[in-house]
Amino acid sequence: MEAISHAGTVLGVLAKDGVVLAAEKKVTGKLLDLSASTQGGYGGSGEKIFLLNTNVIGGVAGLTADANSLVNFCRSAAQRHLLTYNEDIPVELLAQRLCDLKQGYTQYGGLRPFGVSILYAGYDPHYEFQLYHSDPSGNYSGWKATCIGANSGTAQSLLKQEYKDDILVKDAIGLVLRTMSKTMDMEFAVLTLDPTTKTPKAKIYRPHEIDALLLSEGLTKKDEDTEMKSS
Amino acid sequence: METSFALTGKGYVIIAADTTAARSIVKMKVDEDKIKALGPHLLMAYSGEPGDTVQFAEYVERNIRLYQIRNTYSLRPSAAASWVRRSLAESLRSRHPYSVNLLLGGYDTASYDPHLYWIDYLGTISEVPFAAHGYGSYFALSLLDRYHNPEATLEEGLETLKRCIDEVTKRLVVSPGKYKVKVVDKDGVREVEI
Repeated sequence: MEAISHAGTVLGVLAKDGVVLAAEKKVTGKLLDLSASTQGGYGGSGEKIFLLNTNVIGGVAGLTADANSLVNFCRSAAQRHLLTYNEDIPVELLAQRLCDLKQGYTQYGGLRPFGVSILYAGYDPHYEFQLYHSDPSGNYSGWKATCIGANSGTAQSLLKQEYKDDILVKDAIGLVLRTMSKTMDMEFAVLTLDPTTKTPKAKIYRPHEIDALLLSEGLTKKDEDTEMKSS
Repeated sequence: METSFALTGKGYVIIAADTTAARSIVKMKVDEDKIKALGPHLLMAYSGEPGDTVQFAEYVERNIRLYQIRNTYSLRPSAAASWVRRSLAESLRSRHPYSVNLLLGGYDTASYDPHLYWIDYLGTISEVPFAAHGYGSYFALSLLDRYHNPEATLEEGLETLKRCIDEVTKRLVVSPGKYKVKVVDKDGVREVEI
């Protein structure tokens, strides 16, 4: 829990026609070599936002090493469901699978719980678009808009003020960017339905696409590490 | 001999199966129900080795019920069919495989359309607009080719089914006497008289 309150903010907003997820990239220092991560990983995924299955994107906050192992577990669970039922795993079921694992580590002595909170943005035909949050204890809950990590309280109250029930993805993107406005260096992902095939389409933005998005929303990228440069 | 039919229409699936339980050349029972309701919107007709059929059908029924209890909503027809197929395929590769042929029909409450799956004891699955198992299939499939209409109302669907049953009664040497007919649509599962 302690680790999560210091972790980079992860923010999710559920819209009528999609889900938006954004995560703050914490730059540890200017000596850190980021040249490898400028392109983004598989499908544009970075350190905090991952594609868990074709219909679910996950945003993690907390201990990165723990998170990686949980992401791996999630992906296996999703594929196992696909193998036995030949359908994409329902979003709540995936959250449940992971929470069962997380809960297990709180029950037995000698083991440390996973220090990770996760936001799941997903789609399934039962409940259509969904946003879930799970914490290290293994509790999970569904949200219309929520936030985890550092300053999550402030962001949450901002979301509460600005959120409207039938918000569209277009406006949700604006809402997320404005809420995240303090931090221009972020990871960003949107889950929508493909208009022709009606199947879920997950898009994790690459760094240069995020810059373009910020520009189009009228939020220009501030000069990074101003403090460091002036010193 | 054992015969079962199924056909889809506009928003429904009809499944029919004969009601005889036979051993060798002797009819042991004439009111056996060989169609199980696996969920609120899912039906399964089973035929094959006596004993295996009931055992496997109950196994499927209980596992699907378990999923429903655990996850608040039941499996969609396509997911249930995939699971049943896998169970059969695993059984086929065991020491004592089940030899059961199935017709699985259901109404998908998430996408609002009917689905029908033809599954045999080898673990073959195919989604079809109409299907049949047993000796009756040799007579019924050609009729269904000619008369099946995916947009037909329930009355027209039952009419087509009656054609199949009449043809089998007329031409098959060892034709079964009675059939049980069940329908699944948006309102759930129910039995109908023909």
